[in-house]
Amino acid sequence: MKFYEYKAHEIFRKYGIPVPRGVLAAKPEDLTDPPIPCVVKAQVLVGGRGKAGGIKLAKTAEEARASATAILGMRIGPYTVRHVYAQEMLDIAQELYLSITIDRSARAALLMASALGGMDVESVPQEKIVRIHIPPLVGLQPYVLRNLAKRLGLPKEVATQVSEIAKKMYALFRGEDAELVEINPLAVLKDGRVVAGDAKLVVDDNAEYRHKEYADLPQDRTPLEEEAHDKGITFIQLDGDIGVIANGAGLTMATLDVLNLKGGKGGTFLDLGGTDDPEKVKQAFEILLKAKPSVIFLNIFGGITKADTVAIGVEQALKAYGSGVPVVARIKGVNEARAKEILADAGMHSVETMEEGAEMAVKLRGGA
Amino acid sequence: MSVLLDAGTRLMVQGVTGHQGMFHTKAMLDYGTKVVAGTSPGKGGTDVHGVPVFDSCQEAADATGANASIIFVPAPFAKDAAIEAIEAGVKLLVIITERIPFHDTLDVMPYARAKGVAVIGPNCPGIITAGVAKAGIMPNHIFKPGPYGVVSRSGTLTYEIVDAMTKAGLGQTTCIGIGGDPIIGTSMAEALERFDRDPETKAVVLVGEIGGTAEEEAAARAKHMRKPVYAYVAGRTAPPGKRMGHAGAIISQGMGTAESKVKAFADAGVAVARYPREISELVRT
Repeated sequence: MKFYEYKAHEIFRKYGIPVPRGVLAAKPEDLTDPPIPCVVKAQVLVGGRGKAGGIKLAKTAEEARASATAILGMRIGPYTVRHVYAQEMLDIAQELYLSITIDRSARAALLMASALGGMDVESVPQEKIVRIHIPPLVGLQPYVLRNLAKRLGLPKEVATQVSEIAKKMYALFRGEDAELVEINPLAVLKDGRVVAGDAKLVVDDNAEYRHKEYADLPQDRTPLEEEAHDKGITFIQLDGDIGVIANGAGLTMATLDVLNLKGGKGGTFLDLGGTDDPEKVKQAFEILLKAKPSVIFLNIFGGITKADTVAIGVEQALKAYGSGVPVVARIKGVNEARAKEILADAGMHSVETMEEGAEMAVKLRGGA
Repeated sequence: MSVLLDAGTRLMVQGVTGHQGMFHTKAMLDYGTKVVAGTSPGKGGTDVHGVPVFDSCQEAADATGANASIIFVPAPFAKDAAIEAIEAGVKLLVIITERIPFHDTLDVMPYARAKGVAVIGPNCPGIITAGVAKAGIMPNHIFKPGPYGVVSRSGTLTYEIVDAMTKAGLGQTTCIGIGGDPIIGTSMAEALERFDRDPETKAVVLVGEIGGTAEEEAAARAKHMRKPVYAYVAGRTAPPGKRMGHAGAIISQGMGTAESKVKAFADAGVAVARYPREISELVRT
């Protein structure tokens, strides 16, 4: 789960991490009394909003409303801006970087910090980034914070505040099931205060059940992906034209790759998972057809999956949503022979291997 | 010989009375696995396919000498189940459950390591030693004993590749599905190390995918192995920033691309297949 900046600020506040004052607005007139001067920022889930003109400075409330008028409704990447956040302008003396994420290889939390904040962290030289692992079983110990402050070369008053913020970030990381908590820049103000100039938060999707309050937050999904998500279907829209549906994430990815190898391009990633329930298969096909593929390639390798009931679901879907889209089907599994009969009767192209299926799908697309 | 799982493995099934637990207990018994116990709180004293059910792991281990466990319980209860099994003294723990919050897994893995327990998964098909035993959910009939080890991050894609290997006459020692999550108990590099030490295994087939740096680390290990390694990497056409079904399969901030993994393997002298079935062809030549 990704969070809009204003929402991330709200959660940061809950953990006592200092953030600038700000007002959220869906309409320019909502900005009756914004902090002045302020920065009016588009609330979107993708980067690059500054370059797209989605961040503007305002010295008066009127200017803030004018900026909001300009930004609201703007397209940034695939998204239309629905909200702006008018945030108190900070008088910054120094910009730092601070984040906590996971290190898969170390199986631990990873604290990263740099005295060179404000820019893309990838463009910061490696030796300028402090990396410290936090073993989850023991948590963030005070010595780690002492080492952090020393390695960043911070004066005492700043170091104390940065340590306190890092401690609260770790509490947030664990408490909210976060994948990433990032502050860039972590602003040292001219008056000596340290404040989160920006807030980035990503929470583990699998932990949604313990954070029901986040369930309705808008996510980085297309309308069709949203519909699939609501139905519990793993579905991603891609920029090709061949509708791919398979079982298992690895096999679905491999099917897309093989299509590419044969000169085609997948337009969907639809992982049916372990289901052989005809109703679920039908639902998945409904989503798939809405993506308007030129041809559909169904690739099922089921060890224990019942191939015939999958075939029944496909047949029912085609009957119900009757599309005329050609279907290439490769199904391995229990009752495979019966599945092939059903598919053939429904006019589908049955093939033996995934490579053969990919070739056939590319050929049928050419003819379409 | 084999890796992690052999004829001496005495398996307990956690969540044995659930739909999945029951179904796979039968399939594991059919494969010849010594499934000695099941657990399901409140259902102690009953049985599933002749396997005695206990209320707790400790009771199961005390009564049956179980030394391994496989977990089928739903995600919200998986951490509890894993710690319970570790405390009951198992030495091998297979976690099939998918969608476990990784903060839970972050707690389990270092604890298991400290207690000397090997963990496979979560979000995985498990482990099978061909012709001997299975602690997992993979289809029994596609495996055949032979000299090749298999390690993979995915499920059905592994079946696809193993099926092709078996049909090409390339049998397996042990096949480990390490799982598709970002935090897993046995890494690809660690699995390679185990296969390198196993006298029965002559070569290893590795099935990777986008996301993280497990393949790059495996490639570094492969360089120092005495045995050849063959690889396939899924997700060459996956767009950056999208999570491709597996929680761990995501290219983020330029990291975890298929190109980087393929290059790491090529640099380590590991032959990389372009499509799944090509692995068998590479192994044979």
